Amino acid sequence: MDFPILSVITFFPGIVGALLFFFPEDNKEQIRWTALLASLVTLVLSVMVYFTYDVDLGGYQMVDRFAWIPAVGINYIVAVDGMSLPMVLLTGIVLTTGVLISWGIDDRPREFFALLFLLAMGVWGVFVAQDMFTLFFFYEVAVFPMYLMIAMWGWKKTREYAAMKLTLFLVVGSLFALIGALAMYAESGLGTFDMFIIQEQAVFSERFQIIWFPFVFVGFIVLAGMFPFHNWSPVGHVAAPTAVSMFHAGVLMKLGAYAALRVGVVLLPEGAKFWMPYIVIAAFINVVYGSLIAMTRKDLKYMIGYSSVSHMGLVVLGLATLNELGLTGAGLQMFSHGAMTALFFSCIGMVYDRAHTRMIPELGGVMKKLPMVGVAFIIGGLVSMGMPLFSGFVAELPIFMGAWRAGVQGPDFIANYYAWIAIISALAIVITAAYIIRAVGSVFFGEIPEKIEADLTPIRWQDRTAIVILVVSLLALGFYPAWMDTVIKTGVDSVMAVLGA
Amino acid sequence: MDFTSFEAAHFLVILPEIILVGIAALVMTMDVVQKGESRRMMGYVTALGFLAALLIGIAVAAPSGDPKLLFGGTIRSDMLGFVFRAMFLVAGAVTAVLTSDVKGLGKRGDFFAVLIATVIGMNFMAIATDLIMLYLAMETTSISAYALTGFLLNNDRSAESGLKYFLFGAVTSTVMLFGFSLLYGLTGHTNLYGIAEALSAGNVSFVMLIGIAIMILVGIGFKLSAFPFHFWTPDVYEGAPTPITAFISTASKTAGFIVLLRVFIVALSTSSGVAGWLPLIMAIAAVTTTLGNLVALAQTNIKRLLAYSSIAHAGYTLMAFVAFQQAPEESVSAVTFYLMTYILTNLLAFAVVILFAKVAGSDEIADYAGMSRRSPNLALVMLIAFLSLAGIPPLAGFLGKFFIFKVVMDAGLVWLAIVGALNALVALYYYLVVMKVVYVDPAPEGAPRIPIATPYRIVLAVLTVGVIVLGTAATPFYNWAIAGASSFF
Amino acid sequence: MEFITNNLLPLILFTPLLGLLAVMLVPKERVGHVAFLFSLIPLALALVLWTGYDFAEGGFQYVVNARWYPSVNAGFHLGVDGLSVPMVLLTNLLVPLCILASVKVDRIRGFMALFFILQTGTLGVFLALDLLLFFAFYEVGLVPMYFLINQWGSPKGKRELSRGRVMSARQYASFKFMIYTMAAGLGLLLAIQLMGITQGTFSLPELYETWPTTEATFLNFASASTVKTVAFWAFFVAFAIKVPLFPFHTWLPDAHTEAPTAGSMILAGVLLKLGAYGFLRLVIPLFPEQAGEAAPIIAFLGMLSIVLAAYSAYGQTDFKRLVAYSSVNHMGFVVLGLAVVAWAAGGNAVDPTTAAIAGSGAVIQMFNHGLSAAAMFFLVGVVYERAHTRNLEELGGGIWQYAPIYGGLLIFSSMASLGLPGLNGFVGEFAIVRGAWPVFTLMTALSMLGLLMTGAYVLKGIRKVLHGPINPHWADHNMEINAREVVVMAPLVVLMLIIGVWPMSIAKIINAAIVSIFG
Repeated sequence: MDFPILSVITFFPGIVGALLFFFPEDNKEQIRWTALLASLVTLVLSVMVYFTYDVDLGGYQMVDRFAWIPAVGINYIVAVDGMSLPMVLLTGIVLTTGVLISWGIDDRPREFFALLFLLAMGVWGVFVAQDMFTLFFFYEVAVFPMYLMIAMWGWKKTREYAAMKLTLFLVVGSLFALIGALAMYAESGLGTFDMFIIQEQAVFSERFQIIWFPFVFVGFIVLAGMFPFHNWSPVGHVAAPTAVSMFHAGVLMKLGAYAALRVGVVLLPEGAKFWMPYIVIAAFINVVYGSLIAMTRKDLKYMIGYSSVSHMGLVVLGLATLNELGLTGAGLQMFSHGAMTALFFSCIGMVYDRAHTRMIPELGGVMKKLPMVGVAFIIGGLVSMGMPLFSGFVAELPIFMGAWRAGVQGPDFIANYYAWIAIISALAIVITAAYIIRAVGSVFFGEIPEKIEADLTPIRWQDRTAIVILVVSLLALGFYPAWMDTVIKTGVDSVMAVLGA
Repeated sequence: MDFTSFEAAHFLVILPEIILVGIAALVMTMDVVQKGESRRMMGYVTALGFLAALLIGIAVAAPSGDPKLLFGGTIRSDMLGFVFRAMFLVAGAVTAVLTSDVKGLGKRGDFFAVLIATVIGMNFMAIATDLIMLYLAMETTSISAYALTGFLLNNDRSAESGLKYFLFGAVTSTVMLFGFSLLYGLTGHTNLYGIAEALSAGNVSFVMLIGIAIMILVGIGFKLSAFPFHFWTPDVYEGAPTPITAFISTASKTAGFIVLLRVFIVALSTSSGVAGWLPLIMAIAAVTTTLGNLVALAQTNIKRLLAYSSIAHAGYTLMAFVAFQQAPEESVSAVTFYLMTYILTNLLAFAVVILFAKVAGSDEIADYAGMSRRSPNLALVMLIAFLSLAGIPPLAGFLGKFFIFKVVMDAGLVWLAIVGALNALVALYYYLVVMKVVYVDPAPEGAPRIPIATPYRIVLAVLTVGVIVLGTAATPFYNWAIAGASSFF
Repeated sequence: MEFITNNLLPLILFTPLLGLLAVMLVPKERVGHVAFLFSLIPLALALVLWTGYDFAEGGFQYVVNARWYPSVNAGFHLGVDGLSVPMVLLTNLLVPLCILASVKVDRIRGFMALFFILQTGTLGVFLALDLLLFFAFYEVGLVPMYFLINQWGSPKGKRELSRGRVMSARQYASFKFMIYTMAAGLGLLLAIQLMGITQGTFSLPELYETWPTTEATFLNFASASTVKTVAFWAFFVAFAIKVPLFPFHTWLPDAHTEAPTAGSMILAGVLLKLGAYGFLRLVIPLFPEQAGEAAPIIAFLGMLSIVLAAYSAYGQTDFKRLVAYSSVNHMGFVVLGLAVVAWAAGGNAVDPTTAAIAGSGAVIQMFNHGLSAAAMFFLVGVVYERAHTRNLEELGGGIWQYAPIYGGLLIFSSMASLGLPGLNGFVGEFAIVRGAWPVFTLMTALSMLGLLMTGAYVLKGIRKVLHGPINPHWADHNMEINAREVVVMAPLVVLMLIIGVWPMSIAKIINAAIVSIFG
């Protein structure tokens, strides 16, 4: 048997998280270094997973399986395909940078890092799970630590409210998805939660699919911040401590989109086709509304929070097009947006930790004192506004192309308006450019307000390392998309096969 | 079925209960003999006695082969009954340890003897298949439980709650007894299987049957603290000594469920009967869950909060029960497994409450502020317990709820699943509010750390591990539940 | 050597990034020199390209086609033809000069880094043979330019906005620059997407073949001709903004005026050419029919650019603004030439020689304007650095006395810019006018009004700066140009003279390219 790399990558953080609880509370350096080393191990593993995947072969690879509760057909199955592979890598990146960024956490770091690792376990688990039960199991594992992390280390003004709101939204979503999944289990009559088998053998009537698709899809997509279920998300971003914001926007929101695709679209393709126009409309509202709200925000974190809503709208739009281009774009956008928001939030965190404010008008001239943060933020901004040769462009281009094309796929009531959806969504990018430029201008350039001048101390080497890792991943994707889009393509191919196109 | 044959070997089936009688005698003796600090040993002896009974039971009393009706059909030796007995024994053992350090109870031999008597009663509830045996077992349990609840005579709250429990219990059990008598009168049988046969002949009118079902439901509903027989629960839970609250909320409720399974599925599930009472129980399940959760939102006392949450949990379990017609074995195994997870989790939660109350002298949620700084480990244990109650993986409660949702969906009861999902959300809210107080709110100045004595450590560790194992490597436990379910039919 | 010739285009494209790396690593006081040295590498490679390109054969040479973005079928597809080789050379020539001109800026590390990025972006546009890659480089050049204006622009100016809010002029200008170009880019991008979806490729050589003749119904909402017309106008507006063509030019005077000297040099010298290059490389070959129909409009707008910009230039009191409008004026001639090419490409009956002359004239004008505008902006920068004002009234004339060499260079460049025969400016303008006359007679005639005003504003500029009595105000200033600055000017002056005297040195090449592209 081969080295069960996916199981290792999933459970290793869980074990580290559990072990951290047994560390002496007061030796904070030891805790931090342990966390860093462990996160580096996971990063190396995720890079290994990414590059050992055989692109030419495609499909699901590195399968591990184990009969978990055989009496009811619950199996532990993990595998990666082209869709989940970039997410596995992204999680490694965000975890490592999240640990680096959180070096300064002084209040109960043991609990913080332990929870962060448990969260990472859940996230990895969802991305590799190929059994519905396994997927739900990890999904909820991923949702929960967020609550404590936001409530304990978050921004004092809103953390309790935000943490609760976030958790309740996500849990209710996941329960509805669970009900949908159980309906599939019962209807299929196969007595298994194994998604491979359900995908191949289950015969669901069109009516069944149309009824149950919304349960599964909406249940998961709540986590992706889709309109009208988005408003937990900016609030959560703002309240969360830096590393959690990074995780939240960086990978957790992708979890929703990914699971909606894996369980919703792939297992209930007819349902997906039926509901597609409605989802397109919702995603479109996301894109436009998110960027408009972002433009009016004065708090940097709110701004980026709403811009996440907008960008995740693009992911959902890509998924909803149900064509090759759109799905590829959604996959790329998930990675790109993940690394980008992680970068944004880490920059904002560094500024906020020093200046103790995130209000755009109260900041200025940060570039002079923290040049690296400034450059990183600008790069993030360029990604966000879809500047070519940055990853955002690479990801958004196929989404728009997919949206153009969605109009030809079949008669539905908005068939004639896809062109406008593509055009107006693209205009949202210009709005993004406007607020990003404004924020960059007034936060990083100009005069430093006296109040914060003395506080802008240099950043740590850990922060620098984190920034470099994130920037490199963004630029790598932007300059040379082929290393990721060929991978995603293999995943998209199997989805397209299911959709019968 | 042969109701009359008797062999001496049949006594092996009730050997655990026989051992418990011996332990009770031993404890009573120790009560007389032991002096001073060593009296504390009585709690441990009781606990070890329960464990011994469990182990010996596994060795000799575990049913093998087909289920058998014994002792003239009064008891049934099947896997389901055995699994429930094991649960009662574990709950009893934990309760004994938890009590050993409680002021006013820990050094009272009579307390432990009554506790043992309660468990004996419950064990017989689990296996009784005859109305008379069943009623005897239930009364043994109830009367002992009244005594345990009101044990702290010089504590007004305890005495009051004992009385309240007694009054409610007496009334409901009378109603149930009336129902039993009607059943006997109409069928001429006291044995559940005999009754089932007689009823299936169709001589009893539908209205009569529903009337009887409702009367019996009154008695069982009281045990389950299901709506609308739940009113005693918060007051009794709050007033009773906390270990007893833990015990009643877990073991006693579980005992109610095995009776529910036996009476309703074995005796009353004629096709016309089911059509009558099943919708009623469905409604009760939905209302009980919703009501328990909604009222729990408003609680400021942790014991009352757990009381209402336990009402809600009874509702969830009923949800699994009502699916028995479409998916019989899945339904019974889901009920069984859920109760396993619930017993462990709730005991763990109460264990934390007991420990905290010993230091803080309070059960108010507000006083839990900053507990995570006063005792990070205890806070972590509490977190695990509450998350398990809320149904978050990788903890026992998640799997328990998962199986309930699964069986409800298998039965096609989508509306009930949605009710359950919304309820899970409400429940998560109030559990999280408590955890927020524990983890986020600042501790009062100079609050002492919370010491944990070694026996408690062991109990906490065992229960915590149990909660995690039942949430992850649950396969053997679930297989037992399935074995129980299949032996039941 | 073989390695270099085999990978010439990627090397040209990426060697500026070496410079970027270098300036990041060396100590601050050495940055200027290191940057200059590194900027010579791309220049050398561009010379290799110039000499290595087989002009007789024509067509795309040194083609590289690597995997870049397979899922949308866009490749890393580079290649040069007679059109792009001079532009590459011009870019790589101007960059070292710009760097040399700005070795004294503050925060030099960032400045130089941005400059190298700008160079890569610009070169990418000239080298790309893939529509998406073209667009990528086209857009990405914005970013460094934005920061160069925003951060290193002239610090003094203020700009009043609505409701009495005031913002610094450089921020206003940079923002305007960014939004104009991005908005233009958006339309371009949408059009490119349409083409990519319907044709399934972004490769230009393929699109040249398939796109103009495609008749398929697009998606399911429009006929081919509608979509092509829409896409044509999207392309047209995007490049018209970049050129800039009246009425899309208003960003330019602001951007130029506020940009630092080197920024203005590269902006006028190279970036404006991107617009015209876009017309030649994309708009006309991809949309010959639509371009042919729009040619009169293009010619009309070109004429307006020439005339109105000339008058505007005359009215300026800011020396730099004057030069900026002169850029609009000169680019108007380029557009006039392009209009003729478009007319011919549209299948209208034109003498092929005439069209070829106009097209070549436009390209030569692009090259020449690159030289003279860079020189002019540089010289404005020189005087500004000393006098700290660019206001013609404040300068007040009489500076020649203090700065004879500077005065000589300024007059030389001005004359080249004005189109004095014997200098380079004349060559292009003459060819354009010659080519345009038979096709757009009226427009060409009207343009002559602009040419007249060109003389007027150039002379006005010279008079207000150099001529007149000795101005005592500048007596205690050292107004003379220094050696480094002379070095910057020298190559420009030499080239202006060579092209002016021996136009065939460049015209032959360009003519061949135009003929090979447009037949």
